Amino acid sequence: MAAGLFVLAPLSLVLSGRVAQAGMLGLSVLGLGASLFGLLTGPVTLALPVGQPGAGLHLALDALSAFLLLPVLVSAAAVAACASDEQAAPLLPAFVGCMVLTLLAGDGFTLTLGFSGTALAAWSLIPGKSPLLGLAAFGTVCLVSALALLAPAGALDLGFAALRTARPEGWAVLALVLLGAGWAAGLAPLHLWLLPAHPTLPAPVAALISGGMTKVALYVLVRVLFDLCGPAVPAWWGVPLLVTGAASAVLGMLWANMESDLVSVLAASTIGHIGLIATGLGVALAARGADLPALAALALGGALLHALAHGLFGTLLLLAAGAVQDRVGVRLLSELGGLIHHMPGTTLAALVGAASLAALPPFAGFAGVWALLQSLLAAPRIGGVALQSLLAVTAALAALAVGLGAMAAVRLVGVAFLGRPRTPGAAEAYDAPRPVRVTLAVLAGLSLLLGLLPGAALHLADPAMRTLAGADLRGAGLLLVAPAVDAPGYSAPGIAVLLGLCLAGAAWITRVRMARGERRAPAWDGGFGPPTDPATQYGAASTAQPLARTLGATLLAAREAVEAPPPGNPRPARYGLALRDPAEPLLLAPVLWVRERLSALADRATHLTARQGLAVTIAVLLILLALRVW
Amino acid sequence: MTALAGVLTLLLHAALVLAAPPVLAGLLGLARARLLGRSGPPVLQPWRDLVRLARKQPVLAEDASWLFAALPGVCVAATLAAALLVPSFALGMATAPLADLLVIAGLLALARCALALAGLDTGTAAGGMGASRATLFATHAEPVLLLVFLLLALLAGTTNLDAVAAALREGGQGLRLPLGLALLATCAVALAGTGAQDTLALEYSGRHLALVEYAAALRLLLWLSLIAAMFLPFGLAPAGAGPVAWIVGLLAWAAKLGGLCAGLLLLEAGAAGLRVLDVPRLLGAALLLALLAALLLFVSQGFA
Repeated sequence: MAAGLFVLAPLSLVLSGRVAQAGMLGLSVLGLGASLFGLLTGPVTLALPVGQPGAGLHLALDALSAFLLLPVLVSAAAVAACASDEQAAPLLPAFVGCMVLTLLAGDGFTLTLGFSGTALAAWSLIPGKSPLLGLAAFGTVCLVSALALLAPAGALDLGFAALRTARPEGWAVLALVLLGAGWAAGLAPLHLWLLPAHPTLPAPVAALISGGMTKVALYVLVRVLFDLCGPAVPAWWGVPLLVTGAASAVLGMLWANMESDLVSVLAASTIGHIGLIATGLGVALAARGADLPALAALALGGALLHALAHGLFGTLLLLAAGAVQDRVGVRLLSELGGLIHHMPGTTLAALVGAASLAALPPFAGFAGVWALLQSLLAAPRIGGVALQSLLAVTAALAALAVGLGAMAAVRLVGVAFLGRPRTPGAAEAYDAPRPVRVTLAVLAGLSLLLGLLPGAALHLADPAMRTLAGADLRGAGLLLVAPAVDAPGYSAPGIAVLLGLCLAGAAWITRVRMARGERRAPAWDGGFGPPTDPATQYGAASTAQPLARTLGATLLAAREAVEAPPPGNPRPARYGLALRDPAEPLLLAPVLWVRERLSALADRATHLTARQGLAVTIAVLLILLALRVW
Repeated sequence: MTALAGVLTLLLHAALVLAAPPVLAGLLGLARARLLGRSGPPVLQPWRDLVRLARKQPVLAEDASWLFAALPGVCVAATLAAALLVPSFALGMATAPLADLLVIAGLLALARCALALAGLDTGTAAGGMGASRATLFATHAEPVLLLVFLLLALLAGTTNLDAVAAALREGGQGLRLPLGLALLATCAVALAGTGAQDTLALEYSGRHLALVEYAAALRLLLWLSLIAAMFLPFGLAPAGAGPVAWIVGLLAWAAKLGGLCAGLLLLEAGAAGLRVLDVPRLLGAALLLALLAALLLFVSQGFA
């Protein structure tokens, strides 16, 4: 029954061009059906006679992989339906195939194969130079080492059943898995490759990276830390996840307010949302270690739900950005504006996506964030004043990230889609072609549906939560997301009905009691008269400026430079803003130093005299011999 | 029976919440004028303004989109939905199961984002400035509010406002210091959240302006009711209580609103000279207070 999924990976490697696009769409939709079916029936396994000698490849579809297949496949299907010919790189299907293979892996070998394939495909899709390849190679080494540490001594059996018997001690496995999967999820400080890669990245590829690849990385984290490491991991394993999650959440959302490229803004917000999810995973791990299964289920449920929601609205927004780029030709916020008049369909879809991005009730992003924040609020019951203090700070940072996300969403929609056109291109845009509009409408509809029925979506993840957290949230019912069985919680339909009634009331009183009709006149602008130059409206940099002066100055070392010409000189004044990610000196500086030293060494090695060269060769030989003897 | 009482309470509460905001704004305006030594407008002046504005046809800016005309309604609806969740004089309203603190904060954020988008939609500098500042203040207020919720959630075991108010009314005396600190922090948030958003509504006129002004007055009432329900739950009629308890609750609510208004006025008078970037600093101080309250609670209670 899951055969449709199993053929996707190899098939997609072969096909290319328009056929591949149609095939990718069909197979993704088929796969979606299969994973929904798998969620409702139960786990399936399949052994393939290819791959590792003597062992083959094992594929398995259980509740966790089926649930996280949903965002990946929705993203893939939407990209396949949307991408125009020149954007559809022939490697897209291979990228999706590798992601699906990772999610379907039933042993450590297949998991590593799929994950490194995903990284390789992502690297080849990024134009220009990217440090991704090095990071990915490093990550794969880490992941392999982690799995090897988990494997039973003696036999090299990497099947998930064998790995689950391991009882890891110390911090090695945790650190290796975080390094191995964290870079692909964009967890701080390994997020540095993401933002520089995005200004040149086509929007559909960015949609697959944000909507799909980050979820695959989260899957690897959950699979290894929650499942393969067994149920007895200590509570403090959650702490690194909490710290890196909170840091990514705040940094990502802050960058989302600072970036000026439509796609980069969304990529940065992806870092933020993945950070929020990672804090939830941290709480879940800590709570499970402290034997609080209900809390662990709430946190894990929130993380899974938000991953699904982000797969929907992240893809939606990035594809809308792609449509804008198609029609306007640019995607810098400072060259857009007023698109609501010319691209109404795209704008409406982007509004739905942005409301989810801002985590506003009753849209898709709220339920997951609600559950994550609820788990953070209840987490101090795990105990220990140090951990409690950390949790309080994490909760405050998570709330800050949510607020920053709302700010970024307002800025994104307000500057790009509302206001007056800033360039002739933006003023002459027209709406996206029909297939793109249909795809955006379907994604918007799905995310509205998820916003209204988060309890039902969470219900699908119940089997996964029972296995991984030891409890589920079934007591809450289908219409409610709640921390415990008889507790009040977030009832999305209830809030939607209340909001709808209030809206209807406001509309009614406007219609019955108030003046009809309206007049049009030039904008008043506080008495400054009708504005003429569109550059006088608030833009990307001006909206971000107060934030750059407060949080940006502390976290991103923001330095403003205003260069104003003297009176009488008609030269325009210039405003510059220099920002630096705090991870740069932390991570890149040592790497650069090591690279400098290595290249200096290599430089010296090329200029050796014949005698020195011979000496080095003999020394290496002697060392190798000594090693052999020893 | 309790369901019927819940619906009845909700209807009464809705009528109160719908009618009170302009009156409260009028009282506040009068008191503010008296504080400055002026005689001030009559109490019902905001009501009269609203009625007159509602009868006027709006003038829309030429570049405004359909969204601009729709957003005042969204703003009022979201604020009203939040106001219907916050108990005023009695617990056990029909909306009590929905009244989660995070949801109330979310609805307020929805109203704020709607107004900010309206500010950016006409493409004027003043509107953009208002949007940028309003979202900035809200962003800095968010962590303070969450820490306050953390404190209440630890004390009451839930973030449902109805349950929190009920639990705190019967709470012990040993918890007063953290709650007092949290109250101060929340007041700072309320000050930033209800403060002037005039530049946002600059392009609105006629019935649209009436809706926006009504939403602003409603937001003030909502914040005061929220603070009263979270920190001063005494006098609230319990769920299913009779008319006598309701009258006591009403009087207590009026007294609490009056007291909070007085406090707000004094704070406002003190904060009159605050520059834009001072507000984040004020909120930073509030964040420290809230964090201190949470740490005090951890140390004193354990919660292991």
